Amino acid sequence: MSSDAIICRCEDVLLSDIRRLLDSGLTTFDEVKKFSRCGMGPCQGRTCRSLVLAEIARHRGIRVQDLEPGRFRPPGKSIPISAFLEGGEEQ
Amino acid sequence: MFRTELAVVGAGPAGLSAALAASECGVDTLIVDNGSTPGGQLVKQTHKFFGSKAEHAGTRGIHIARLLAGELQRSPQVEYWSESTALGYYEDQVLLVEREGRAHAVHCDALVVATGAAERHMVFPGNDLPGVYGAGAVQTLMNVHGVKPGERVLIVGAGNIGLIVSYQLLQAGVRVAAVVEASRYIGGYAVHASKLRRLSVPILTSHTVKEAHGHEQVERATVWQIDETFTGVPGTEIEFEVDVICLAVGLSPVTDLLCQIGCKMKYVPELGGYVPIRNENMQTTRSEVFVAGDASGVEEGSSAMLTGRLAGYAAAAYLGKCPDFQNKRAECQRALDALRAGPSGQKVRAGLSVVVSMEAGTC
Repeated sequence: MSSDAIICRCEDVLLSDIRRLLDSGLTTFDEVKKFSRCGMGPCQGRTCRSLVLAEIARHRGIRVQDLEPGRFRPPGKSIPISAFLEGGEEQ
Repeated sequence: MFRTELAVVGAGPAGLSAALAASECGVDTLIVDNGSTPGGQLVKQTHKFFGSKAEHAGTRGIHIARLLAGELQRSPQVEYWSESTALGYYEDQVLLVEREGRAHAVHCDALVVATGAAERHMVFPGNDLPGVYGAGAVQTLMNVHGVKPGERVLIVGAGNIGLIVSYQLLQAGVRVAAVVEASRYIGGYAVHASKLRRLSVPILTSHTVKEAHGHEQVERATVWQIDETFTGVPGTEIEFEVDVICLAVGLSPVTDLLCQIGCKMKYVPELGGYVPIRNENMQTTRSEVFVAGDASGVEEGSSAMLTGRLAGYAAAAYLGKCPDFQNKRAECQRALDALRAGPSGQKVRAGLSVVVSMEAGTC
């Protein structure tokens, strides 16, 4: 693709950013995430993960099913820290 | 800490059916959903369902949502938390839920994950311009809020969702410039495609979006032909003056909670992406965790209700509360087999053959 396109809408990561990181030697979703913040926004990768995985697969010349999807950790969405400070009701 | 026998994540067709089946067996159930009204995707589906009468064939999705929600209300054993999000699940069977700005710990003896699916996005220049929507967003705007998404739309994807949304746009008085489809064939039912062709909407197979143009929002889309390797063919570009590009390019199961729990997952293209390995009772490799609906593999609303019911009964059996489980299981399975029969179910059957495994726990 000649012109650029957005991969991660939450964190404004471009296709060219992903390709540059892959050219620099990164090989997994988690590595790309740590270097670009891709997948760390409000949607937590629900939109961009599959796009990034497809790009990694293309770059490495393997199938998406042969890649690790990356780690998932709670909380599953961005929440204010006050949600924990105030806590839930105790019983 | 809040305690429940069964926690169900998601109040779409699968989650509601699971909760209703479990409560029918006398299981105390909490259903957690991030929407404001129960029904999940059903609340925007104004079309009538196909399939069998038992799964409400002939009834519109929005009405099925009301039917299921009504049953939920009449069921004293089900507690329903709206606008609540499951944030994580821990070793000691505690589900963390965000509700009204606070984190709540919920202890459950069994868990059904019915988190549905998310729409796929596409990579093309201009894909972040206002006016580029997922088909689900277009349906939400039109069918839930009564808002026209634009005046002239390009639809990307000729599966059932793309075709149905095209027709609904026409009904709402919005012009549909064309439907483009990357594959060589129209993926949706001929009955939907024929309706559009009769209304002279072109359906271009082996075509995709090359680029979206515009300043503040989408003003124009360039479409081009693609070859067998899905590579664009220069010189075949067609321009469409549109203010909306509606992407209906498939769904992926939302399985982040299952991944986080540590359920064994597998990437199955036929089912839309990563799905959990499970046995024929929808039980995952983590014995108290069950899966239902699109989160177990993308199908459609009727099968979501059936896998939901199956998961609900199986969870009840796991809790020792479904003595008639084998019969109930067989009944659900028969209906599922009927839905997945024939050429249109071939893809799903192929996907299930690699993911339904005795490796997962046994009830």
